[in-house]
Amino acid sequence: MTWKRKDLLSMQDLEAGEIRDVLDTAESMKEIATREIKKVPTLRGKTVVNLFYEASTRTRTSFEIAGKWLSADVINFSASGSSAEKGESLLDTAKNIEAMSPDVVVVRHKAAGAPAMLARNLRCAVVNAGDGAHEHPTQALLDLLTIREKKGHLEGLNVTIVGDVAHSRVARSDIHGMRKMGMTVTVAGPPTLIPAACQELGVKVSYRLEEAIAHADVIMMLRLQHERMTAGFIPSLREYSRVWGLSLDRLKHCRSDVLIMHPGPVNRGVELSPEVADGPYSVILDQVTNGVAVRMAVLYLLAGSKGA
Amino acid sequence: MSVTYREKAQVLDESALDRALTRIAHEIVEQAGGVDDVALVGIKTRGVTLGQRIAAKIAAIEGKKPAVGALDITLYRDDLRLKAEQPVVRGTEVPFPIKGRTVVLVDDVLFTGRTIRAALDALMDLGRPRVIRLAVLVDRGHRELPIRPDYIGKNLPTSRRETVAVLLREHDGMDRVVIQEPSEEGEPQPKGEASQHGKSPRAERGSEG
Repeated sequence: MTWKRKDLLSMQDLEAGEIRDVLDTAESMKEIATREIKKVPTLRGKTVVNLFYEASTRTRTSFEIAGKWLSADVINFSASGSSAEKGESLLDTAKNIEAMSPDVVVVRHKAAGAPAMLARNLRCAVVNAGDGAHEHPTQALLDLLTIREKKGHLEGLNVTIVGDVAHSRVARSDIHGMRKMGMTVTVAGPPTLIPAACQELGVKVSYRLEEAIAHADVIMMLRLQHERMTAGFIPSLREYSRVWGLSLDRLKHCRSDVLIMHPGPVNRGVELSPEVADGPYSVILDQVTNGVAVRMAVLYLLAGSKGA
Repeated sequence: MSVTYREKAQVLDESALDRALTRIAHEIVEQAGGVDDVALVGIKTRGVTLGQRIAAKIAAIEGKKPAVGALDITLYRDDLRLKAEQPVVRGTEVPFPIKGRTVVLVDDVLFTGRTIRAALDALMDLGRPRVIRLAVLVDRGHRELPIRPDYIGKNLPTSRRETVAVLLREHDGMDRVVIQEPSEEGEPQPKGEASQHGKSPRAERGSEG
């Protein structure tokens, strides 16, 4: 076990060995979900605070379940209906929460770097649960776990990430994680949604969907992030869907053992047709199941670090 | 702080170890009056191997092999806070219901009893066995909890600073049990893993038990 970190802030920071440790630990955690009594006493007496400044269902619930299955006390704090609405700064809120002695703070914030800032200022462990368009490390870890589980290995696999790469913290974390695990990553989407600096991360860029997915072992469809788009990135939803949406018809050109993934929430009929989202290639719900296991692993590893 | 251990004495050789497991298998069958509702649950890692061997011996006696499961007690330890880094979680595999059954917990060395305490909690979370019994290859004494084994391969009086290493063919290439002592005179035994389990650093790698 090589885990020594106080915080989990980004996939960019992690080394391949650390990623492997989290995945191995998560794999062991999966058994707990199959039990009649889904609880182990490991984090008894530890407190996990979910500090969410952005909307979230999956990630917050996933961290909450993960903490509770490990017997930690989990407290949810969301920006709406809290002192944040009264104008309290992020750091002030966090300092106040720290004064109540939590062991782990899980942060989601619209500003890139917000979790890193908290990590520098708080004694407790900090987990980045998504910061702006920067990173979402636990999502990348659950994606890697799902792929490893389905394919038996990671090294040498071809992954194609399709869609709104520019606004996607998931894409950024996935790219860092997948490259470190020896995978080949291609990003595909309209030029307005593919950052020019993409190639610096070691990925191939394609502007044609058929070409990009033809040899893929895994296709990661991204959500079109309306809420982060100011204007003018795509002509219309309908056109985007026609050119970049994954339909049964397009799937015919893919490998017969391709995995279709999506970090959720799915815009049905935009990036994914319902037949594909619910079809046999889709592992979208396995991703969600693995999300709990990965978060249990992360909480377990961090709660044992010296910071906690 | 790493302390090196040297071998002080061999306690069991290959055939003595095998005979001890044969006797335990007979005792389990005798006490349970058959094997129909008996399940063996080994504590990872070497307890699982021993459980499989005992199950094979029971199959030879009764013509029927009891189910064997594997228990990882990492998530139930009482010393997680005391360690510099988190121990590796290896996963529990008990793919059969234990409710209403006679479950025999199997471990290689019984020392403080803390591993068994954790194993009992882990087992109870999986269901409600009719009875839980404890089989160990070596009982080396120094209990810190009121725990007593039902089947013992070898009673072995030891000093606290010594460790007992159980080497098994499947993991170590040979079958033998040895007592080891710190090689430097008067060097205290490290707190943590070794004193917790009383096994050599070598045996410890494969076993959190």
